Amino acid sequence: MNIVVLVKQVPDSGAERTLSASDNTVERGSANNVINEMDEYAIEEALKIKEAHGGEVTVLTMGPERATESIRKALSMGPDKAVHVQDDALHGSCAVATSKVLATALGTLNADLIICGAESTDGRVQVMPHMIAERLGIAALTGARKLTVDGAQLTAERQTDEGYEVVTAATPAVVSVWDTINEPRYPSFKGIMAAKKKPVQTLSLADLGVAADEVGAAGATSAVVEFAKRPVRTAGTKVVDEGEGGVQLVQYLVTEKFV
Amino acid sequence: MAEVLVVVEASQAAGVKKVTLEMLTIARGLGEVSAVVLGGEGAAAQFAEKLGEYGATKIYAGEGEEVDGYLVAPKATAVAELVKLVQPAAVLIASSQEGKEIAGRLAVKLDNGLLTDAVEVAADGTATQVVFAGAAIVKSKVTKGLPIVTIRPNSITPEPAPASPTVEQLTVVATDADKLTKVVERVAEQKGSRPELTEASIVVSGGRGVASADNFKVVEEIADLLGGAVGASRAAVDSGYYPHQFQVGQTGKTVSPQLYLAIGISGAIQHRAGMQTSKTIVAVNKDAEAPIFELADYGVVGDLNKVVPQAAEEIRKRK
Ligand SMILES: Cc1cc2nc3c(=O)[nH]c(=O)nc-3n(C[C@H](O)[C@H](O)[C@H](O)COP(=O)(O)OP(=O)(O)OC[C@H]3O[C@@H](n4cnc5c(N)ncnc54)[C@H](O)[C@@H]3O)c2cc1C
Ligand SMILES: Cc1cc2nc3c(=O)[nH]c(=O)nc-3n(C[C@H](O)[C@H](O)[C@H](O)COP(=O)(O)OP(=O)(O)OC[C@H]3O[C@@H](n4cnc5c(N)ncnc54)[C@H](O)[C@@H]3O)c2cc1C
Repeated sequence: MNIVVLVKQVPDSGAERTLSASDNTVERGSANNVINEMDEYAIEEALKIKEAHGGEVTVLTMGPERATESIRKALSMGPDKAVHVQDDALHGSCAVATSKVLATALGTLNADLIICGAESTDGRVQVMPHMIAERLGIAALTGARKLTVDGAQLTAERQTDEGYEVVTAATPAVVSVWDTINEPRYPSFKGIMAAKKKPVQTLSLADLGVAADEVGAAGATSAVVEFAKRPVRTAGTKVVDEGEGGVQLVQYLVTEKFV
Repeated sequence: MAEVLVVVEASQAAGVKKVTLEMLTIARGLGEVSAVVLGGEGAAAQFAEKLGEYGATKIYAGEGEEVDGYLVAPKATAVAELVKLVQPAAVLIASSQEGKEIAGRLAVKLDNGLLTDAVEVAADGTATQVVFAGAAIVKSKVTKGLPIVTIRPNSITPEPAPASPTVEQLTVVATDADKLTKVVERVAEQKGSRPELTEASIVVSGGRGVASADNFKVVEEIADLLGGAVGASRAAVDSGYYPHQFQVGQTGKTVSPQLYLAIGISGAIQHRAGMQTSKTIVAVNKDAEAPIFELADYGVVGDLNKVVPQAAEEIRKRK
């Protein structure tokens, strides 16, 4: 099975994140950049499927030059090769434009299965898999907490607010995964060394035949008008339980009219 | 006045969800409100009264197997066709997983911008989004096409504005590509009569400190006494204490209730990401240095196994 995993580099969600004052886009220069966590689960799922059914795993990333670090990190887990769509004109792309670029790149990769994270930790827009499926006219099985591959037939448990749905489709398809689906492996030393030699193909917008004004800030379908930091929350009252902590807590809830 | 389409979020079991009422309320500031019901046979009839109560003057009903038997895509097709037909001033959709997915497909079909997770939409279509775990507030605009905006639950207080909606049946013709993913089963997992996590005005969450799945009954008991929903930290979910769909945080649900009660949760930045826009935050933790106290309006330093049952008992006494 020919599998492509979508991997996005994002600012570390464990550190403070902000927008750039100059153009209201994500401040990536100062942020510590990592692989979007959910995408590590996508990589793991792809590797498991390859191990069970054979095939090849390709990592696809759209992002600036420094996304190379995340690509190497992804490759060190075990995928065979990577494609990096990199072009200065992509800076500031909205979700609609991002899906156009990714779908165009995917069009050249002939994937049976495309696996991605259910959402990124920065944008959290949660739309990429369906946007890509819409553009490619292929199936989407999203929000999977379990995936079964039987030949060309895919069955996923899709998590919902009420429980789950069982959804099925045949390949080619896009599957997005939650972090409950597996436990991503740690790269081994051997894997890290091997990753340095794995092929990474860099594609520009011209290579893909996408016009520069359809993407990036120039082609954005939405724009941030202004942003402000939210006031930081401050600590209120803190009491130490000396036998009456539960009662004190309820007294507070009563004053605040929750009880 | 132009129509504003509100894509209804509802379920057989829960009825019309609160986020829908919020959307109807917001939509009234943007134009003439039309609700779009997409679901199984009879869905519109089931929800019409509630939708009218909150100001829908028209209901478009796209019902049946053609809509309900496949994942998301036919719903997006139905909304896209309707947009072409009525040229609305805006489309509002719930910021749930499915809502965002419909919005995403819709944006591609119409080659239109979209804004997700808005908490407010001004009359000119400018949306307010809370981003980066509640660290920043962003005002944004769709610059290509009409505003397609997904609304985060618990953003505003829904206000009734009674109307008597007319119902218009839509003929939804799903394309072959729309029918590629079949929904073969829908399974409701036990959650009792508790309100839904993202919509609840009170959320009580337990963390690793709760120490076992069995002991989560301490959390559930006080949640039920307060009429709240139950949430969990990722550590609690990963340890198997509570199911993943109740996880609050960066990789779980974002909640914004009136009261958030954190029990045995340290307050890691990724947990805060899902709860720090809550109106009031109360924490119980045995470690006085736990970061959760930095944002708690009221904190009790103590053993949750003593403090929480005592609080439950006290609430019972006062009832
Ligand atoms: C705070 C914030 C708010 C935003 N709000 C909006 C908005 O309202 N509307 C809008 O149009 N855009 C918005 N954006 C821009 C949007 O996040 C980017 O266009 C982004 O590349 C796509 O959205 P996502 O990462 O949220 O995708 P999601 O749909 O959340 O990502 C799902 C998966 O898609 C894959 N993926 C996503 N991007 C890439 C990539 N570049 N390369 C490889 N794989 C990828 C990953 O596997 C990821 O796990 C926002 C960005 C930020 C930082
Ligand atoms: C990319 C990424 C995404 C993440 N997404 C999420 C997310 O969505 N949601 C989330 O919650 N986390 C998330 N995390 C994990 C997060 O970093 C923390 O590990 C997690 O929130 C910790 O959960 P906790 O507070 O329950 O556990 P701990 O940090 O272990 O805290 C347990 C607390 O319980 C207290 N305690 C113990 N026993 C008692 C007792 N008897 N009485 C009172 N107090 C007691 C302790 O003092 C401690 O403060 C994410 C992490 C990463 C890297």
